[in-house]
Amino acid sequence: MKKIFSLVEHRRGEIPDVSYELLTKGRELAKQENGEFTALVLGHNVKEFAEKIKKEADRVFVVDKEFLKEPNAEAYQIVLSDILKKESPFLTLIGHTALGMDLASSLATSLNIPIATDCVGIDIEDTGKMPVLLVTRQPYNGKLNAKVSFAAGSQFMITVRQGAFTSEQGNLSGKIIDIASPIEKEPDYRKFIEYIEAVVGAVDITQAEVVVAVGRGIKEKENMSLIEELANSLGGVVACSRPIVDADWLPKDRQVGSSGKIVKPKLYIAIGISGAFQHIMGMKNADTIVAINKDPNAPIFNEADYGIVDDLFKVVPVLKNKIKELKAS
Amino acid sequence: MNIIVCIKRVPDTADAAVNIDSSGKDIVKDRLTFDINESDNYALEEAILLKEKLGGTVTIVSVGPPECEDTLRMGLAKGADTAIRITDERFTETDGFAIAEIIKSAIKDLDFDLVLTGCIATDDGASQVGPTLAELMDIPHATLVTKIDVNNGVVRVHKELEGGLTEVFDIKLPALFAIQTGINEPRYASLIAIRRAAAKEIKVLGAGELGIEEVSLKTKVESLFRPPVAKHAEILQGTPDEVSTKLAQILLSS
Ligand SMILES: Cc1cc2nc3c(=O)[nH]c(=O)nc-3n(C[C@H](O)[C@H](O)[C@H](O)COP(=O)(O)OP(=O)(O)OC[C@H]3O[C@@H](n4cnc5c(N)ncnc54)[C@H](O)[C@@H]3O)c2cc1C
Repeated sequence: MKKIFSLVEHRRGEIPDVSYELLTKGRELAKQENGEFTALVLGHNVKEFAEKIKKEADRVFVVDKEFLKEPNAEAYQIVLSDILKKESPFLTLIGHTALGMDLASSLATSLNIPIATDCVGIDIEDTGKMPVLLVTRQPYNGKLNAKVSFAAGSQFMITVRQGAFTSEQGNLSGKIIDIASPIEKEPDYRKFIEYIEAVVGAVDITQAEVVVAVGRGIKEKENMSLIEELANSLGGVVACSRPIVDADWLPKDRQVGSSGKIVKPKLYIAIGISGAFQHIMGMKNADTIVAINKDPNAPIFNEADYGIVDDLFKVVPVLKNKIKELKAS
Repeated sequence: MNIIVCIKRVPDTADAAVNIDSSGKDIVKDRLTFDINESDNYALEEAILLKEKLGGTVTIVSVGPPECEDTLRMGLAKGADTAIRITDERFTETDGFAIAEIIKSAIKDLDFDLVLTGCIATDDGASQVGPTLAELMDIPHATLVTKIDVNNGVVRVHKELEGGLTEVFDIKLPALFAIQTGINEPRYASLIAIRRAAAKEIKVLGAGELGIEEVSLKTKVESLFRPPVAKHAEILQGTPDEVSTKLAQILLSS
């Protein structure tokens, strides 16, 4: 019988959405293949999590050890490779997260399993003899999609982008199974020290009704005043994509996206932002999204309600004046 | 501290139209401009900063065609000591695993303490080479690294997590780090340095020298296609004046 495994991530007491999405997708694929679906939980005192996800899988494997309290990719690799060697699942799903990026490629390599990363689609096509596994990826920062196949084999690994699949609650009655760990402590080559919280700044962009966000298209620091003036005319705050923070033109607490803030304002204006998925993840739930970008094929236009395809330096100054005029009249 | 930095030359596709070529599996490249991959540039800078602080050497490695030498030369101009370009007809079709295997065969006998890569390439977006190479070399690694502090063979690493949270941990050398953007402020090379680097030798290695008979692919692109669009913005048409008027009206009426 074909086995499918999904890793359930958790950090500081929380399971991220992507783990529920993987539970749903893994369960769905197992059903399609008449297989068995197993959820993997590594941690310390994680009985509560195991109970919580019991309905999501046929089996819930739990490795409960003090040294697994924090998700340490090197420790996870040792434990997971032991399990995967014994179980030889057809497919293992891991989130394409900060943890998954450390863990998956290295784990797959150690087991000599083909892996595809950051996938947004998974299909198992039955061709008669052998089921063929195909994934969809998004190269060129979302400008194109790619169908990707794997080298022949009996085991595969896929990391999945958060939000690529929906999550639905399962109705299985999974068996919780305690699994022994091959090691008793963290490997000495990677030792967890601490977490540092995200910085809190003077302006909380998550509370603003109007967010005017600027990206690399602004070109020079000197041009940032254009965006500030537009934001002021709308009574909004200035936020940005990651390159603006990388260049130190705005502080980190103004960054929108997966490694920054998640905002849900009434109005979000993206100026000179291409729309990489890490950015989209931070703003896709805004009520109204406007994009100004000179590239008609920029992925941001697939998220926006209104778009202007033009040079921001021509549009933004005029737009600011029009808003002022309209407000005054 | 001897450091190896893996560098990829990538097309700039953020600002340009990306078209699929006649094979259906690759993009049309002849009208695109190419440069060092964004996070690799931060990795290179981090290596040069560590060398300036701790001494040692920086070796840069790239797998690719002769045009890669421009990118490598820029690395030399900025402060790298040695550059290696790996190329072979047999390496035209690759994936993250194959590139990691190729790089491993080129660096395994070098004397190094640290290998740096970027955390993601802006073309394939796979983030695979760093962790795969670390596993093949049997050294510990971390990705999305935003700070490195070296102390007696142990590195205190900052790694970026979701939502701006940072994880701090210690990793023993030798190790590999896949560097995240923003870790430093990449420098520009001076004109004199660029001129000097133009005369430097770049070591070119092929499959023969590396003892590779055949690259093994774990994955293969079957086809490229435009992403299906669920919803597309209503594009406002007209001069900047016209579109601004329309947008101002929409924004202020809602
Ligand atoms: C683990 C990880 C986490 C990340 N987290 C985040 C995150 O939280 N937030 C985030 O934003 N990114 C994040 N990124 C980076 C992300 O992948 C993209 O690189 C980034 O969002 C790109 O920013 P940008 O759109 O401003 O720049 P680019 O992609 O370079 O786009 C610039 C855009 O400006 C347009 N433009 C240029 N000139 C003009 C002009 N004169 N007029 C109009 N338009 C113009 C171009 O057409 C282009 O579309 C993360 C990456 C990784 C690997």
